[in-house]
Amino acid sequence: MPRLHWEDFSPGQVTKCGSRVVTRAEIVAFAAEYDPQPMHLDEHAARATLMGGLVASGWHSCCILMRMLTDSLLHDASFMGAPGVDEVKWLAPVRPGDRVTARATVLDTRASRSRPNVGFVKFRFELLDTSGRTVMVLIVSPMFGRRSEDNLQGTRGTPVRA
Amino acid sequence: MKFFEDIRVGETSDIGRHTFSVEDIKSFAARFDPQPFHLDEAAGADSHFGALCASGWHTVCVWIRLLILYRRREDDERRVRGEAVAQLGPSPGFRDLQWLKPVYVGDTISYGTEVIEARPLNSRPGWGLILLRNTGVNQRGETVIAFVSSAFVERRA
Repeated sequence: MPRLHWEDFSPGQVTKCGSRVVTRAEIVAFAAEYDPQPMHLDEHAARATLMGGLVASGWHSCCILMRMLTDSLLHDASFMGAPGVDEVKWLAPVRPGDRVTARATVLDTRASRSRPNVGFVKFRFELLDTSGRTVMVLIVSPMFGRRSEDNLQGTRGTPVRA
Repeated sequence: MKFFEDIRVGETSDIGRHTFSVEDIKSFAARFDPQPFHLDEAAGADSHFGALCASGWHTVCVWIRLLILYRRREDDERRVRGEAVAQLGPSPGFRDLQWLKPVYVGDTISYGTEVIEARPLNSRPGWGLILLRNTGVNQRGETVIAFVSSAFVERRA
């Protein structure tokens, strides 16, 4: 039984969601598998690009943030995924050895109109560098099970979109 | 990559397709999006998705791989013809991403792009910004993913 349900989120809540170092090895491994561009793969080739050196793929930053949010916040919540993402901004590069911190801010909550056991929580998720500067912003409204419905039973087979 | 000046609004490209295997889905999820419904058949069956399904982040990461490989093939052909190849710059972000349908084990997603905006950048001489509307369609003809991406593209000197 997860600890956090839709009712536990309210606008203005800010949660620190962990901190970790992004290594050169994982930047290159992700790029080789999913985003094989010179600026993400090879230091020498990356120097000739607009980024001026090796940087993590922005899609890798999304994956890093998703994993940090899961480990800190979502693993203990009645999290049901999200029907989409409003917006992602890659504001500054993530480079090898950078330490990033994840932060979750609740912007809004609303109950699902079609499913009484589901609610949406609109978040501003951020990755910050060690100086507190935001390097990435993700605006998204994931779905959570509602406490009043006990758990996710009864949602099986219903459409994913609300 | 084409130079910014050669890119036309309305241009479309079929960039390729990918079949999501069970190993592929679980491997991605274990590393980046470890939700029970992306990792375990029984948990997937018991969830609102009704079966094990791919992480939505997985479906977009496959899109970027197919797009980069598609552009690499195009660039190779340009070099064979003796044409110059433009540099693709970084992306400032994306918006309006919709995961419209789950992607289940064995689904084959075909990805396409359309240029919806192209404008020169006053802030970065030598570069333009393009916006693409991207979609992924499964083997039943259902659109499973749609979003608008952006990227800086080099202008002709």
